[in-house]
Amino acid sequence: MAFDRTYRMVVLVKQVPDTHTITGDVMKQDGTVNRAALPAIFNPEDLNALEMALRVREEYGGQVTVLTMGPPGAAEVLREALYRGADRVILLTDRRFAGADTLATSYTLTRAVQKTGPFDLVFCGRQAIDGDTAQVGPQTAEKLGIPQITYAQTIVSLEEQRIVVERALERGSEWVKCQLPCLLTVVGSANTPRPPSARRRIEYKLAATPLEYPTLVKKWPEFETEKALDDYLAARRQRIEVWTADDIGVEPDKIGLAGSPTQVYKVNFVVLQSTESKDVPATPAGVTALIEELVKEYVVG
Amino acid sequence: MTYQKDVWIFIEQQDGRLADISLELLSKGRELADTLGSQVCGVLCGHQVEPLAEMIIQHGADRVLVADHPELADYRTLPYARVVADWVKERRPYIFLIGASPLGRDLAPRVASAIRAGLTADCTDLQIGNYTSRRENREYQDLLYQIRPAFGGNLIATIVNPTMHPQMATVREGVMRRLPPDPRRRGVVEAIQPAFDPADLVLQVLSRETRPPSVNLKDAPIIVAGGAGVGTAEGFQLIRDLANALGAEVGASRAAVDAGFVSREHQVGQTGVTVRPRLYIAAGISGAVQHRAGMDQSSKIIAINTDPGAPIFQIAHYKIVGDIHEVIPMMIRTLREKAK
Repeated sequence: MAFDRTYRMVVLVKQVPDTHTITGDVMKQDGTVNRAALPAIFNPEDLNALEMALRVREEYGGQVTVLTMGPPGAAEVLREALYRGADRVILLTDRRFAGADTLATSYTLTRAVQKTGPFDLVFCGRQAIDGDTAQVGPQTAEKLGIPQITYAQTIVSLEEQRIVVERALERGSEWVKCQLPCLLTVVGSANTPRPPSARRRIEYKLAATPLEYPTLVKKWPEFETEKALDDYLAARRQRIEVWTADDIGVEPDKIGLAGSPTQVYKVNFVVLQSTESKDVPATPAGVTALIEELVKEYVVG
Repeated sequence: MTYQKDVWIFIEQQDGRLADISLELLSKGRELADTLGSQVCGVLCGHQVEPLAEMIIQHGADRVLVADHPELADYRTLPYARVVADWVKERRPYIFLIGASPLGRDLAPRVASAIRAGLTADCTDLQIGNYTSRRENREYQDLLYQIRPAFGGNLIATIVNPTMHPQMATVREGVMRRLPPDPRRRGVVEAIQPAFDPADLVLQVLSRETRPPSVNLKDAPIIVAGGAGVGTAEGFQLIRDLANALGAEVGASRAAVDAGFVSREHQVGQTGVTVRPRLYIAAGISGAVQHRAGMDQSSKIIAINTDPGAPIFQIAHYKIVGDIHEVIPMMIRTLREKAK
């Protein structure tokens, strides 16, 4: 059978708190996290995953769908994806998804990917910076019943239904060949994600989910009702689709907190252990005495 | 039949050598099994790997399950996951530990999903304890406390998995103490013939290229690490000079790596390497939790920083409040004079 179509791709992305730039006021006195003080960003390696998908589309043709699961505010990363070139974006949001661990998350994402229709390639970032688990990609691949190629660095070739990928390993590289469909988790060194395009930023300026309409009609009084805004956005393909648990047909005991085998028993703020310590003056004499002490104790030399 | 609370360890090997992380896990697994009054079972996949089984027993296993097959010669997710998931389904271990290596982080989630078990990533400590679920108003005895840094290393979370067993966890390399082998230990080796589905074999490894590691932080007795306070990529030469004078390895904080002062393989911390050298010199490193998580077990810590309030000073044994650009040349001079 001849391969006579282009590639159908799904990119899974996540909005995350920017844990790399945590400052003092983020940790509250009682050791809990003040999430409001953290900026929410597009998970960095998910941008690499999106970039890899967009390059496949440019080189071989295809369609890129971006999916995210999160609170209504996660629509922001979908707009970012539209500005960068995504063809279709979908927000998975439902209170019943809350509290999901990686097993429940991968189940929910799997049902959503299946609902998007037939696919050839699924991309995700290697890991998200809020949990650093790197589990959701492989777990989603398993539930979709397709092979996974983790730590994808480069797509070396794509011929009909066969892909060759270079994987970035700790100490070197590995080249693997696989049948489509398959799932790739993409590393940060894979590419430099393109910035949002100015043209698309203007084109998708109004893109919004229906959940955002109440705020938007206040901001843009020219739309007198939410219905007017919806008609306007729908006509311009700027209404961001929202899927709930009912839309993707999930079993209630497999999503959210109920579907999560792991539970947080307790969380401790990292307490610094006090150590017996010596002050060493930053002078030649102080430094010499320090080194002599270390030599005497066989720490150095 | 009484329910055996067995502890399984996935054994990683390459070219007939057991991975360090697997030996660390065997030691930890032994401790957990002794607490539970149960057995440790090593799970070994590969081709012509059976001779390793004896070594696995000496390091703490009571039993070794071996799948020896040409299709398992090179690690590939699907055939390995098939073998491991089939064994878990058949024998239902209580705890299953896998190294948080690139291989383990590829395999563990695939297996956990296939058997619908809970999985906690990158644990830095494991303990046995009880847990009261407020949601169910029920007490669970002898669960595995899966302890890991969370939220960019700013919190330490204890995770439990009360019912969907095995309790699976991947564990960071270098954080568990490895005990010496005991040549008198005896155990059972069980060879099992794996059965693959054609769909397990759709991925082919075309080639592999390994680079010898240019940086070996894990085994270095002395580490000199630089942070944002170094200022520039050129300035990092100062760190290398001190490392040379001490015969030390060069480390770095994430800030220094992100700023491009030095390559990522030098990074110490939660997202880098965990180290416990004899001496750790933190130069111009403020000491974010993320970094401290990877080095606070060092025997001696010297911190040099211009900011007397820098958190690194709270775990340092020797505190030098001063500019590294002045202090480090003094140290190098003293060391050179000693060497004469």
